[in-house]
Amino acid sequence: MRLLGYLVAYLIIGFARFITAVRGNWRDEAPRDEQTIYFANHTSNGDFILIWAVLPPRLRWKTRPVAAADYWLTSPIRSYIGRHVINAVLIDRRPEARDLDPVDQMAEALDGGSSLIIFPEGRRNDTGEALLPFKTGIYHVACKRPKVRFVPVWIENLNRALPRGEVIPIPYICTCTFGAAIRLQEGESKEAFLARAQEAVLNLAPETSREEASSGS
Amino acid sequence: MDHETLMPLMIGVFTVLAIASLIGGVLSMRVGDGPSQSVIENLNARIWAWWVMVALLGLAFLWGRPGVTILFAVCSFNALREFITLTNARRADHWMLAAVFFVVLPLQYVLVYTDWYGFYTVLIPVYVFLLMPVISALRGEVGNFLIRVAEVQWAAMVTIYFVSHVPALLSLNIPGFESQNIQLVAFLIIVVQASDVLQYVWGKLLGRTKIAPSLSPSKTVEGFVGGVASATLLGACLWWVTPFTFWQAGLMALIIALMGFFGGLVMSAIKRDRGVKDWGDVITGHGGFIDRLDSVIFAAPIFFHLTRYWWHV
Repeated sequence: MRLLGYLVAYLIIGFARFITAVRGNWRDEAPRDEQTIYFANHTSNGDFILIWAVLPPRLRWKTRPVAAADYWLTSPIRSYIGRHVINAVLIDRRPEARDLDPVDQMAEALDGGSSLIIFPEGRRNDTGEALLPFKTGIYHVACKRPKVRFVPVWIENLNRALPRGEVIPIPYICTCTFGAAIRLQEGESKEAFLARAQEAVLNLAPETSREEASSGS
Repeated sequence: MDHETLMPLMIGVFTVLAIASLIGGVLSMRVGDGPSQSVIENLNARIWAWWVMVALLGLAFLWGRPGVTILFAVCSFNALREFITLTNARRADHWMLAAVFFVVLPLQYVLVYTDWYGFYTVLIPVYVFLLMPVISALRGEVGNFLIRVAEVQWAAMVTIYFVSHVPALLSLNIPGFESQNIQLVAFLIIVVQASDVLQYVWGKLLGRTKIAPSLSPSKTVEGFVGGVASATLLGACLWWVTPFTFWQAGLMALIIALMGFFGGLVMSAIKRDRGVKDWGDVITGHGGFIDRLDSVIFAAPIFFHLTRYWWHV
């Protein structure tokens, strides 16, 4: 069963590479064999596949995306991929309906030795803004596990390759740019940490993406 | 395919690469950590990439016509992706782009493979030109419409149509040259790439006067003259792999080298306009596929039509 999972994972990664020729750009530091929470901008359902694809294999298999249960449990195929291929930490986005707190789930996954991929914007960004304001979850995870490092990631162009609602992906060259790790500092306020985290992601965006966002096109 | 002609050609190319690797190795030992270290590193990366490219071409040649056609179709796909990434294409163009990538590109190469000359020469300039804008127009998004449509048309012409003229050489029917057409492909690629490399070498050795400073800081008059002249001479000396005489081969090589130079200039202008140095970073040391193909793109259709007009029956 696990073998089939790997096989499907490689097929998905292979397809993602075929479409996007994705390259990882470790701008500030080389990938490290250390527990990490990668946090990235979120524009497409394929986002974590790209991050996954560019992570060195030894890191890839212990890195789990944190994904919305309401998306990944809606069909048998998605559910299989979510549980057995990408081994996602599935969280419920509706506070009123859930029994498990997403922050606890993430802390538990970290305690199990996994690294995580999170999208702190909370939903796919199709607004034309470069980045939506971060939800507070990333801060609460940082409070619970203050030793874990957070690595910012900017995913470029995947929203053009596979915009929300389209089925056929268009080949565009995509890149994942990784920045320097940040950690929650002693006594740092929620607002300050969130602002710093957002800044860290935005700093990785190429100037054109930032300009497009500010001109509103 | 005629191995007896192709073999010495491949051995020649491998010998040149081996000498280049040797020089690159010696240079990198002598320069050490000096100021020109990055130039030498880039040189060695380029030479290494050449080994890979020559090996792939060699395998395609051994496989024959399907191999060459598939190889250039793959090049087209990668080049098209690099081109589209730099355009203003937006959401409304999604279906137009899907059609270009997944219908037009394979269709063009199938038509080339099956020798349907009357169709593959008009597919993109006529049918795609007229029908693609319709798909985008139906989405109703008019902002930058002409720019978006023109960019996609340029992308299709440059990265699919012109590149497909390389495998199209295999469909020419030249009396006394039957089943040797792959040597025309080898001749074109060797001359055009040698011209690029020799322009680089002459430019690094003697280059003083920049030929188009706003387009490309590395192109010099000395490099251009030396590169084109030596590529012409090389082409003339390769007359024995072609259906041409010595002088005809030289003239063809001159035209190929000149067109290749123009291709480099025009594609550089596009890069400068879009604010990038290279089209991509797939081929270490060289940049993207278009960085390596730009001269082929301009030389291939002219070489094809000249050969077709005078030698094809």
